Amino acid sequence: MQVSLLTGRTIDQGRGKEYGKLSKEYADNVAVCEMNPKDMEQLKVRDGGKVKVTTKSGSVVVTARKSRRIRSLGIVFIPYGPWANLILASDTHGTGMPLLKGVHAEVKLTEDNVLSLEELLTQWYGEEKSH
Amino acid sequence: MRRPGIPVIPNVVCPLCGCCCDDLEVTVRDDRIVAVKRACALSAAKFENYSNHRNTRPLVRKNGKLVKTSLQEAIERSAKILANSSYPVLYGWSSTSCEATKVGLELAEEIGGVIDNTSTICHGPSILAVQDVGLPGSTLGQIRHRADLVIYWASNPWSAHPRHMERYTALSEGRFQRSVWRRLLLAFHAESIRKRILRAASVAFKRRAPTSPPKETGAKRGTLAVEERKTIVVDVRRTRTADVADYFLQVEPGKDYEVLQALRALIRDGELDIGEVGGVPVETLEEIADTMVDCKFGVLFFGVGLTMSRGKLRNIDAAIRLVRDLNMRTKFVIMPMRGHFNVTGADTVFTWQTGYPYAVDFSQGYPRYNPGETSVVDILQRGDSDSALVVASDPVSNFPREATRNLVKNPLIVIDPHLSATALMADVVIPSAFVGIEAEGTTYRMDHVPLPLKKIVEPPEGYLPDEEILRRMLQEVRNLKRPIAS
Repeated sequence: MQVSLLTGRTIDQGRGKEYGKLSKEYADNVAVCEMNPKDMEQLKVRDGGKVKVTTKSGSVVVTARKSRRIRSLGIVFIPYGPWANLILASDTHGTGMPLLKGVHAEVKLTEDNVLSLEELLTQWYGEEKSH
Repeated sequence: MRRPGIPVIPNVVCPLCGCCCDDLEVTVRDDRIVAVKRACALSAAKFENYSNHRNTRPLVRKNGKLVKTSLQEAIERSAKILANSSYPVLYGWSSTSCEATKVGLELAEEIGGVIDNTSTICHGPSILAVQDVGLPGSTLGQIRHRADLVIYWASNPWSAHPRHMERYTALSEGRFQRSVWRRLLLAFHAESIRKRILRAASVAFKRRAPTSPPKETGAKRGTLAVEERKTIVVDVRRTRTADVADYFLQVEPGKDYEVLQALRALIRDGELDIGEVGGVPVETLEEIADTMVDCKFGVLFFGVGLTMSRGKLRNIDAAIRLVRDLNMRTKFVIMPMRGHFNVTGADTVFTWQTGYPYAVDFSQGYPRYNPGETSVVDILQRGDSDSALVVASDPVSNFPREATRNLVKNPLIVIDPHLSATALMADVVIPSAFVGIEAEGTTYRMDHVPLPLKKIVEPPEGYLPDEEILRRMLQEVRNLKRPIAS
């Protein structure tokens, strides 16, 4: 399914951050993708199921969450954090600011698991530090 | 109730978001924080959990693993890395004191590096727009007492600045403006009664109540014709802030610029020959424009929803110009909703020390500023830097992947109380005291009012404030670059 990806702050992400970046609260509230219930029906994903979100920069597996705050179809929301940033591009078009909201993305149902923060760091950046 | 013998520290300034609420009451027992009064959910989470998940010892990376070391060795190793780099990046600064930032700037100049703060991926575009077109502003106190129209555009204070509405806008009791709490409670009450009647009706007639609400096109909620302070929320999602607003305007993602410019046209009595702009019917925009012109003192708070989406600085440019146009007809101010508690201070200290608010490059020996080139994400994306010092920030969590890869590829030094993703990937980790809890300092509220952060409890033994660690690091760098013998 083709969607527009928004990222942003949520109060639970903010609280999770203060519990600690390695805490369960943080991962549970940040490695999620909030979606319109109708979009979820169409994707055949249940609340708490796993989805793979892909952009031209890469893909990441997160937990799908039903949201009544996303009224329009074709819009998904992932809170700020390392999971969202895996699929965002670094290019700033000469402004210093990468595009972090309104990014074109594709969402698919998946069987894969959500990586923990440590697994994510090892998988993507581990090589850089193994020397 | 206050019990004798247990110290309660009044008027504590909160070290969390740009609101810098200065009315917290912290109860301390045996040098531990046991209770915090008036804190929001975010602030309470910080005061209650700050001592968990923190960096406990200075660490250095040896054979790919982080191992314990002494503070002196960690500082010496960091100084060596920085002194031997040709283009180091110094990043963070928004969650520490102005005093620490000042030392950081001195260090950046000494090593000829680039120093950038978190504005760069937050309100950086706002700063660029402000430099182009100015910023009609005021303090939050003026807004609390006088503003009769409050607009939150692409900003969600309910989640990011939980006490902003209570302390400074709609839900605060100002000298000339009443709080809208009562109205809000009545509205919630009426809504719950309506739902109860619907449920009763569905049971009585043995059929399903109409479950889907009437289709909302662009906006519709409440009325703007009330002789009280009003709140309008403009956003791409129906946020929790939108639930407490008098009016919610839903804009299609990436269409804020069009909507802002349409409002500018309407305020200048122009006519639009189309049905809708950015998903909002023109009649709705006309109503909003009238409300703006008719208010006595309006304020537009804007969030990173404008700076991080398509258009970036141009969106802010349009918002400021809208406010400038409105000032021809009434009194209107505009303010960015700054995130970290001292990001405004970081910009301010950068500016008074170097002339520029962020993305300052000392590699030529004098400060140079060119966001897009000297900003940290661009430097990392190009792979230009050869080391980094991160102070009180977590770029590994918050930068896009390519930038992060180049950040962790090179030697990385972290000074931070938090055990963060960046600390896990660092080569040197120096734990510091939490400023505002374990160390004093100065912070700037989002309206540029400086406030003193308090030291409430002692830090664990051996933990120094960021400022002191940076001072020692600067001294080490100077010793390396200019040997004492000469």
